[in-house]
Amino acid sequence: MPLVVDQSPSAATGIRLSAVEKWYGSAQQPVHALSATDLDIAAGELVVLLGPSGCGKTTLLRMLGGLIRPTHGDIAIGSRTLWSADQRDGTSMAELGLVFQEPNLFPWLTVAQNIALPLELRGVPAAERIRRAAELAALVGIQGFEQRWPRELSGGMRQRAAIARSLAHDPRILLMDEPFGALDAMTRDAMNLELQRIWMATGKTIVLVTHSITEAVFLADRIVLLSPRPGRIDWICPVEFARPRAIELQSEGAFQALASALRKRLQAMA
Amino acid sequence: MTQQGLTQRGTAQKSVQQEDMTKEGITGEALRSAPLRQRRTAGALLPWVTTPALVLVLVLAWHAYVERSGISAFILPPPAAVWDAWTGLIIATQTWRHTAATVYETLAGFFWASLIGVGLGVMIGRIRWLERVINPFVIATQVVPKVALVPLLIVWFGFGMPSKIVIAAIFAFFPILTNTVLGVKSLDPGHRDVMISLNASRLWVFRRLELPSAMPYILSGMEVGIVLGLIGAVVGEYLGGNTGLGYLLVARMNAYETDMLFAVIVHMTMVGFVFYFGIGAVRQLLIPWHESVASDHKTRS
Repeated sequence: MPLVVDQSPSAATGIRLSAVEKWYGSAQQPVHALSATDLDIAAGELVVLLGPSGCGKTTLLRMLGGLIRPTHGDIAIGSRTLWSADQRDGTSMAELGLVFQEPNLFPWLTVAQNIALPLELRGVPAAERIRRAAELAALVGIQGFEQRWPRELSGGMRQRAAIARSLAHDPRILLMDEPFGALDAMTRDAMNLELQRIWMATGKTIVLVTHSITEAVFLADRIVLLSPRPGRIDWICPVEFARPRAIELQSEGAFQALASALRKRLQAMA
Repeated sequence: MTQQGLTQRGTAQKSVQQEDMTKEGITGEALRSAPLRQRRTAGALLPWVTTPALVLVLVLAWHAYVERSGISAFILPPPAAVWDAWTGLIIATQTWRHTAATVYETLAGFFWASLIGVGLGVMIGRIRWLERVINPFVIATQVVPKVALVPLLIVWFGFGMPSKIVIAAIFAFFPILTNTVLGVKSLDPGHRDVMISLNASRLWVFRRLELPSAMPYILSGMEVGIVLGLIGAVVGEYLGGNTGLGYLLVARMNAYETDMLFAVIVHMTMVGFVFYFGIGAVRQLLIPWHESVASDHKTRS
């Protein structure tokens, strides 16, 4: 397992979904969570999946992350297929870093140990883990808190630690499921800026799920709008504001025009 | 809602609402928690004052009652007599021989109860059909008045230590088992997702997730279990044999030495405390990260 801290933009990988479909529930009462979906995500792109609850956006992300298996269709991470029969492809999984709505830090590990967990599982020696954890803590802005227990951190700081953990094994793709959904509005703005900075510094491919229109427009290269029952792609919308984007962008006309166009489409779904 | 979720929510509310983008913001938050820590220390010291004071009040009331009522020393000896009996008791080498026997029986029983309780608990917690099959029997062992089994166990295992060890184990077993099952089942699904996404092997999932996650529950079970084990050992000693604190108690009763009876009870209580705090120390050692350890400073010491 290569452990060079390669943060150049070339260290990214694309994702290709071919006719990915998901059914839940029993044979008598099947629930169509996501109808056959095709989507190409380019290497280094920041794609936001936006939609109301029940539109299958989390289902889609969890399939990309290898947590659940598609009922039909293929997911390719770079040139490799993620799922073959019931088996996850280990090499593909190593390319993925997941961030969840809850930080999901292990309370029995210190912040540094949490961040370095992916490295520990790969047998990286302790000294190297400590060095890397400190580096990542600095990247996400929680340096000095490495030796604390997670419960001693605020919600935003915990989510930063979770992002650091997802980056620890230097995956090429970051999958984020409403990562800032549980934070208050001000923290959320700050975290959006941070995420943009981290993305620009690392050049990862990022797929982020949200139900916040503002967050989507602010962060995305492309917004994939999903509609519910059954979940399907409604609209793919490129967002072409220059980077780095500042919070003030949110009050500009072009930003608000795009946001209200998205809002209209979302309201039409309800 | 899992305990974890509650804990996180609680702490999140405590911490500052506004996120700390700047370095000053972060240090500011750390500084703000300092007076909180001082308040905690003050709270932790309180029992060191109140406990001796309350014990003193109780002893004085007892003394006053004995003086005023002129009650027979056979029924209620004065505190001073109990004190004399107790100091006599703890300097007698014989006492420590009996104590050692009871402690050994309790620890041996506790050891087996932990081994079987945790082992079986992990299996029951993970395998649903096994839980259905075994549950009625587990409940049966709990519902049967365990004291009623003691004569039978003495018939089977004799008047020596083995019978007491078995009794102690049976008493200690149930809370350890049920807490282990609860601990194994209380695994946070979000934590499991993390391990899946990291492609962790079963061994790593056990070492880094399942075991530490169940540990607070297991230790709570052990805390109750070890004290119940002591009760089991003492009850066993009442009914058979000629060693142990239970035997000592019955012997004093038969000799109508009520002050000595009190002294033995005090002595046994001390032994119970030692066990209880022993597990508390293990808890601090094994799960220093857990909320219960942090808050225990307030309530326990």
